[in-house]
Amino acid sequence: MSIWIAIGATAVGCYLVKLVGLLVPADTLERPLVQRLAALLPVALLAALTAQQTFSTGQSLVLDARAAGVGAAALALLLRAPFLVVVGVAVAVTAGVRALGG
Amino acid sequence: MAEQTARPDIPAGEAYATAAPSTALAARTEGPTPGRGDAAGPRPGPVPGDAPSAPGEPKPDSAVVRDALGVGIAVGLSGFAFGVTSAGSGLTLLQTCVLSLLVFTGASQFALVGAIAAGGNPLAAAAGAFFLGVRNAFYGLRLSQLLALPRFVRPLAAHWVIDETTAVALAQPTRRSARLGFTVTGLTLYVLWNLTTLLGALGAEAIGDTDAWGIDAAGPAVFLALLAPMLRTATERAVAGLAVLLGLGFLPVLPAGVPVLVAAVAAPAVLWLKGRAIGDGVSGGGSTRGGSTRGGSTRDGSTRDGVGRTKKAQRKERER
Repeated sequence: MSIWIAIGATAVGCYLVKLVGLLVPADTLERPLVQRLAALLPVALLAALTAQQTFSTGQSLVLDARAAGVGAAALALLLRAPFLVVVGVAVAVTAGVRALGG
Repeated sequence: MAEQTARPDIPAGEAYATAAPSTALAARTEGPTPGRGDAAGPRPGPVPGDAPSAPGEPKPDSAVVRDALGVGIAVGLSGFAFGVTSAGSGLTLLQTCVLSLLVFTGASQFALVGAIAAGGNPLAAAAGAFFLGVRNAFYGLRLSQLLALPRFVRPLAAHWVIDETTAVALAQPTRRSARLGFTVTGLTLYVLWNLTTLLGALGAEAIGDTDAWGIDAAGPAVFLALLAPMLRTATERAVAGLAVLLGLGFLPVLPAGVPVLVAAVAAPAVLWLKGRAIGDGVSGGGSTRGGSTRGGSTRDGSTRDGVGRTKKAQRKERER
């Protein structure tokens, strides 16, 4: 049930912010500070999410096979691999390390 | 995202010609959307190809459609990764598909299922996903000027306002091409993203223990692929670094889903610190920056300091 609450809240919230952009007068959100923050917010969120989903299980910090997988993904990104390859490398390396008992 | 900040200064007409490439790139690489299948991959047409053409110069519909299909298909296919991740996070098939149908902005979807898998409060999980989706409001702002849609169409078009559609639309030379590009990209992406979500979720149910297959690394890899192209300047890197510290540091002590919200504070914190540094430097001749967008945000930033200072100071102490 609580999952449905989260889904409902996300769907409504994400739709409304999309709609707001199309409906509000153009200069409302044009202030440089607002633009700058809007640009940096995803950077902060994505960085935190990457770290958390790599190095944690529940509420504890852990170092496991995922670190190797995401590390390999980082390497693939440096080598300019396509998006799907990056994700594929992460999955394959993580599975490989687990299979080896990591 | 630097481009995005710079763009408000650019007159609307020029934006087509000069800002479009960077916009497209920024939107596409930044955008947490449906996987941005092309974050680092071969760039479908609109990004480098069409930019140099003069603003207002008509472009064949077939070329617009080709660009739009390229983006829509590449990114649409990555819905598969979402379907597998969502099912692996414990969501049902129906829940997974409803997310792709109704949320339809990839990074928010990945963030939500990740937070649910971690066992967080549903509203905290939704808040994280929501904040990731906030950037779409800024895309909508650009698009409403560009597409000039009739009012009654806007509630429908809004659902497709995401990184990829914005990137394609902004890269077009005329309103007609922009509308076509937006529509074809949106339609292709929506259909494929939902189809691949369904297939991914079914596939995950078939293989059972998704962790044994390393599927739990797909989520963070997606985030990293979205993040990497954004880390262009020291500011972005500082925000990312601080966010990682905050996100991991608070993880053991705050309820699930909350640490990521705390980490979001890295964005205003770094802007504020930067504003202060520039402010200090102004007496020494920081006038070159005064006229830039950055200078503007700095001034705005410093007006907020009176309010934000104590909170940020506390935050910094806690972090240490």
